[in-house]
Amino acid sequence: MAHSTADAAVAGHAHDHHDHAHDDHAHAAPSGFMRWLTTTNHKDIGTMYLWFSLTMFFVGGVLALGIRAELFKPGLQLWHPEFFNQLTTMHGLIMVFGAIMPAFVGFANWLVPLQIGAPDMAFARMNNWSFWLLPPAATLLVVSFFVPGGATAAGWTLYAPLTTQMGPGMDLAIFALHILGASSIMGSINIVVTILNMRAPGMTLMKMPMFVWTWLITAYLLIAVMPVLAGAITMTLTDRHFGTAFFNAAGGGDPVMFQHVFWFFGHPEVYIMILPAFGIVSHVIPAFARKPLFGYSSMVYATSSIAILSFIVWAHHMFVVGMPAAGVLFFMYATVLIAVPTGVKVFNWLATMWRGSMTFETPMLFAVGFLFVFTMGGFTGLICAIAPIDLQIQDTYYVVAHFHYVLVAGSLFAMFSGAYFWLPKWTGHMYDETLGKWHFWLSIIFFNVTFFPMHFLGLAGMPRRIPDYNIQFADFNMLATIGAFGFGLSQLVFLYTVLKCIRGGEKATAQVWEGAEGLEWTLSSPPPYHSFEVPPQVK
Amino acid sequence: MKHPCRSLLGSVLALAAGGAMAEPAKYLFQPPVTIIARDIYDLHTAMMWIITGIFVVVFGVMFYSIWKHRKSVGHKAAHFHESTAVEIAWTIVPMIILVGMAFPATSVVLAYKDTSNPDLTIKATGYQWKWGYDYINGEGAGISMLSSMTTPREQIEGDAPKGEFYLREVDNMLTVPVNKKVRILTTANDVIHSFWVPEFGVKQDAIPGFVRDTWFRAEKEGIYRGQCVELCGKDHGFMPIVVNVLSGEKYTAWVAEHQKAAVATADEAAREWTKEELLARGEKVYAAVCAACHQPTGQGLANAFPALVGSKVVQGPASEQVKLVLNGRKGGFMPTSQMPAQAMLSDTDIAAAITYTRNAWSNHADEGLVQPSVVKAAR
Repeated sequence: MAHSTADAAVAGHAHDHHDHAHDDHAHAAPSGFMRWLTTTNHKDIGTMYLWFSLTMFFVGGVLALGIRAELFKPGLQLWHPEFFNQLTTMHGLIMVFGAIMPAFVGFANWLVPLQIGAPDMAFARMNNWSFWLLPPAATLLVVSFFVPGGATAAGWTLYAPLTTQMGPGMDLAIFALHILGASSIMGSINIVVTILNMRAPGMTLMKMPMFVWTWLITAYLLIAVMPVLAGAITMTLTDRHFGTAFFNAAGGGDPVMFQHVFWFFGHPEVYIMILPAFGIVSHVIPAFARKPLFGYSSMVYATSSIAILSFIVWAHHMFVVGMPAAGVLFFMYATVLIAVPTGVKVFNWLATMWRGSMTFETPMLFAVGFLFVFTMGGFTGLICAIAPIDLQIQDTYYVVAHFHYVLVAGSLFAMFSGAYFWLPKWTGHMYDETLGKWHFWLSIIFFNVTFFPMHFLGLAGMPRRIPDYNIQFADFNMLATIGAFGFGLSQLVFLYTVLKCIRGGEKATAQVWEGAEGLEWTLSSPPPYHSFEVPPQVK
Repeated sequence: MKHPCRSLLGSVLALAAGGAMAEPAKYLFQPPVTIIARDIYDLHTAMMWIITGIFVVVFGVMFYSIWKHRKSVGHKAAHFHESTAVEIAWTIVPMIILVGMAFPATSVVLAYKDTSNPDLTIKATGYQWKWGYDYINGEGAGISMLSSMTTPREQIEGDAPKGEFYLREVDNMLTVPVNKKVRILTTANDVIHSFWVPEFGVKQDAIPGFVRDTWFRAEKEGIYRGQCVELCGKDHGFMPIVVNVLSGEKYTAWVAEHQKAAVATADEAAREWTKEELLARGEKVYAAVCAACHQPTGQGLANAFPALVGSKVVQGPASEQVKLVLNGRKGGFMPTSQMPAQAMLSDTDIAAAITYTRNAWSNHADEGLVQPSVVKAAR
């Protein structure tokens, strides 16, 4: 990107070569860096989102390896405890806000117009803006490591009043989250408007592809809760610098209030990070089972139920703050209820596989891997939901294991599945199947080596977010660290496979996969710059 | 210390043999010693059976399908994609299972929330980074102590072999009688902490400015070890909770001894101390309380904790330093400008630590000697 000015200078001349191109709407497109900076094309923006999130995934991953390296054996070897806390905090913030969320927006940018038969997103310039807010926000997060006092070390949940003890790194994180939140809201509005207004003739709501459905619901969740997070962190900011006492009992505030507000955002956020994953898997499994998705309408209703329930379960993250029994019971009942629609989805996927004609290319491997490991995360979620059991495992490694089973094995594996599934469509080349399979098997094995032992650590009593531990926890920590390094290195296989696929490989057909269905497969691979110039008819 | 790889192998073998270990439980909750902890243990076991059952059925179906319904074995795809009856069934059946799970859990919630009619009430206060225990009601009322981790820094930094209770040992244990209902009130001085003893099945956040409660009735004498479980800053990993459960008679004796000690503490604060006495005591207090941030060398840590060597506060008027230690300092923009208040320490400990810092390293403050009475007057 260093040669951007030169490219900008020649961009004007590009016009000459495109005189004949009036018909295909190719305007004087700048090249090089300016092409990416000024683009309003949903595919370019989708690509940038995906590269951005992959970059942040590696940054967050390096932080995770920093955590695991320190925990390899008891005692403090590498870091001071305060730096260790910075690592856990920033790993969480970067993975949630920098890797998972933007990656799904990247998928949405690429796929929503293709799947609904639209030429582009509804608000093309806002689309550009919502992406270009991300790099400055990510820069703020990363730079915060280098300010006096370092990055925020209050945990990704940013609980008050610990946040008031942090240095300027905390303020940088707050600003970064404000910017990321603004970006998410803009992206969501764009997605909602695109889906509701730009569907091809004949595509009624109940004929929409599942990925589009899940993103429509996710976008509403985002619009509802990102402002709540913005409120919580703004109050944190004024508590820190302007003498307010929203979360300070001495001034009439309440530290627990922060947790209520945070988790009112935070629990729907969990579904923001998983619903699009459900959407992806709902495309991959039917394609490779060569059989239509079982129970389409129940999938739509289940997704909506999960979204609605997600607003009334937040305090299950707070079972030990000392709520009245009635509060504990309400949140326990509401939480176990979520298992019903989630179960429906899992059963529907199984029924889709049942009596199909399955093949196991990499996307399908990741989808089945997702189904298996995500369901295990669902089981431990049920255990956590039972309030008395949660009393023992809250804030232990059991919870760490649980949410990595749903976030890594859930969201991340589904995204890998989707990436391999649509990569030939996006690039026009087939990826290297052997490398893809290596990536899957290494990932799923090392994932389990890393996180399965954490269940035992949590049950036996190891708290999370500690830099050092009693020797009774030594064996499993060592095992988890070995697994984590294996898992981290395995992701380089993915990077290499993607780069190789972009640079060349067997030409992909328009259909790509024998059993794939949907409008995106009617376009060439890669699709034309403006996806559908004439809206397709959907019967 | 055992070689980690060997002990890993050992534990796998022990698991395979179904062996009961005398060491702390490794794969499950610690052996419960209260009714609540036992209820939780049983709930967890029951849940695991249900989940294992569902696991076997769901993934049995999945792997059967993966095995039989693949293209490579020539299976042709069916075309069904809807069945209202099936959908209703797999909505209703999980509902029934969930009710079966939530029902027994409800009675346990009501039981652990019932803190009424305790025999003994103790307030547990979370400080960065230690616990304070005040016996409020019942036998031993009036006893008050701080409980800090005693694991030496050499063990943490790897210069000495780690003991069995590494990071889970304290100077003053929370001591309670067996078979008595003990109500724990939790609160905190600075940020949120959380009080947890795994064997008792009690976990309750300690929230600054608010009082919350929980309870336990330990059924077996012994020493039980837990630790703070809410991220509370730098030394969150180093604030253990150790409970010593004694028989009725031993507890009575412990109370008597402790009340005697409390009188002695009051007496010692009243008398004049020599500089040597204060320096000797101050070195210990400094190592236990202050060194975590200001470092054993007094040099602090760049951009985080200020150096005491050459510090204006330490070299200046003693009254200012006493005020700062007692009240702490509220954070400004930079993290280096704040310090937690240390008022929970005794007058003698504060006087000793201040005297020590004013004379240690290269410091030679003019008012080099601070008496406990001065601290008392400044409170």
